[in-house]
Amino acid sequence: MGEPVLELEDVTVRFRLRRGDLTAVNGVSFSIARGETFGLVGESGSGKSVTARAIMRLIPDPPGEVQRGRILFEGANVLDKSDAEMRSLRGRQIAMVFQEPMSALNPVFTVCDQISDALRTNLKMGKQEARARVIELLSLVGIPSPQRRVDSYVHEFSGGMRQRVMLAMALSCSPSFLIADEPTTALDVTIQATILELITSMIDKLGMSLLFITHNLGVVAHSCDKIGVMYASHLVELGDKREIFANPQHPYTVGLLNSIPRLDTQAKYLTPITGSVCNMMSPPQGCKFHPRCAHAMDVCRRDVPPLKEIAPGHLAACHLHDRG
Amino acid sequence: MTATAADTLLEVRDLTKHFTLHGDIYSRLAGEKAQTLKAVDGIDFHIRRGETLGLVGESGCGKSTTARLVTRLIEPTSGAVRLKGEDLLAFSAERLKRARKEVQLVFQDPYSSLNPRKTIMQILSRPMEIHGLARSWTEKRERVLDLLTRVGLGVEHIDRYPHEFSGGQRQRIAIARALSVDPELVIGDEPVSALDVSIQAQILNLFRDLQEEFGLTYLFIAHDLSVIRHISDRVAVMYVGKIVETAPAGALFGKPLHPYTKALLAAVPEADPAKPPPRLTLKGEVSTPIDPPPGCRLCRRCPNETKICSEVEPPLVDVGGGRQVACHNL
Repeated sequence: MGEPVLELEDVTVRFRLRRGDLTAVNGVSFSIARGETFGLVGESGSGKSVTARAIMRLIPDPPGEVQRGRILFEGANVLDKSDAEMRSLRGRQIAMVFQEPMSALNPVFTVCDQISDALRTNLKMGKQEARARVIELLSLVGIPSPQRRVDSYVHEFSGGMRQRVMLAMALSCSPSFLIADEPTTALDVTIQATILELITSMIDKLGMSLLFITHNLGVVAHSCDKIGVMYASHLVELGDKREIFANPQHPYTVGLLNSIPRLDTQAKYLTPITGSVCNMMSPPQGCKFHPRCAHAMDVCRRDVPPLKEIAPGHLAACHLHDRG
Repeated sequence: MTATAADTLLEVRDLTKHFTLHGDIYSRLAGEKAQTLKAVDGIDFHIRRGETLGLVGESGCGKSTTARLVTRLIEPTSGAVRLKGEDLLAFSAERLKRARKEVQLVFQDPYSSLNPRKTIMQILSRPMEIHGLARSWTEKRERVLDLLTRVGLGVEHIDRYPHEFSGGQRQRIAIARALSVDPELVIGDEPVSALDVSIQAQILNLFRDLQEEFGLTYLFIAHDLSVIRHISDRVAVMYVGKIVETAPAGALFGKPLHPYTKALLAAVPEADPAKPPPRLTLKGEVSTPIDPPPGCRLCRRCPNETKICSEVEPPLVDVGGGRQVACHNL
């Protein structure tokens, strides 16, 4: 793929809480090339959403802060930008779609009001021009009779239609980069299928890059080129989608794939990962996964394994790959 | 394939629950008629002893209302529910209490289904007290400890409070509570959908183990098709208050017959990039259960629609191989 649009280098996000410090994202590095779709996968609390928010500089400070690392968007470090520069970046260059459209959209303004707000502020459009553009956007994301629906309030839409409105808003200022944070998690499976299809076709049509955050491995299997797997604040595996699914190298990724019940066969028992996720307030030393790992060795209890290349373009953070 | 009374644990005939929506005072003053929400609209199914029936469908299709009806947490508008051959709807208060011991529920959200002010000992021993299953404190304590080990928790957990546990552990406690009265039928209403996938697999295995150990019968409600595929012997698919297809799990997932079942399966994103990408084979959005038009509920969304579909509601008919389908155009 081409040159990177977004590069994260050793990004570490810490929250200073009354109970103590919590490191939500720990030394995460990856890059996304122009036109690429990247899926960041992990279970609740693994740090995937915090990573997305760090890119948008949406971490509330205090208590949170990006403690270390660089986030380069188009070559410039997002963390060095002024608030004014960030405001012109958000929406116009990077846009975000959230999981819960009902809480991300404003219930007391019509769809036209809230989408044209961004158009009028960012692109200095006039009222009529903005309205015309909103109607165009609504029809782009597949909302039936947009001329009429443009004056509706959010509660008048179904869950799937709300997510379309949110996507229309994200696309309103023609960003080159889209972050989708669990955009289909709250939706039924048939609606999810249509929204995924819509996002993929928009990415293609508008030539955007995508960071897709989800806990659902089925979703990334069909909507991303590259995949990063997060576990307890660390990026533990990174690589091409086909490579990750066919040849997973980190025991956590293997465990995750084995935990999913399959549609084509019926096994009597699944092979789950034993135990539960460590408490992030007092994580274990060494590899965070070692208490649940069947292959844990002494070195795993002592040292955090670095993410290193084990095959071209395929990286894993596991001491099992130390030899050779 | 009519099951004999002896091996049928639960039998549901033409079960219906309609809610009347009166609207606000303005619409009533304007003389608007009350609307009827047909949450469950004439469903038939049965569960044999020892089997797992999976009930699957999207939000609002009536799955949870069905669970509440067959446990008599709400009263049906019409229809019959027979538990072990007896008419559940005619039960006296005393017989209903006994039925509550025979049928237990596990809910979706273990954060709201466990009382935060009670210890695990109190949560698990209360049902035993209500049903007079254990008298002395030591007897109760012994039984609670036994339950805890069976669901994969330990002695050290007995005097703790729910907030000290993770989501997966809480669901284990909720399962232990259901088992505390030796039920015959356990109804799981989305019992694994709030859990992360690695924990979900643990709980699904636990359901399997307990079924074998105690000879339990399950009515397992979920929206996740791969979970349903994994846990069920037979599956019933619901759409807007109706059962549209029932079949043994292998047959249903191998060769779905109803257009809605086909659409559901085509929409699942499988965790395998080699599989076809998810897509929607239906038109438009989910139909409304409020005053639905006559005919098939899938009308105007279905790719195989013919004239009769909008006029006559298709009945659920036997198509052989233990399968039933409600469709005019098979």
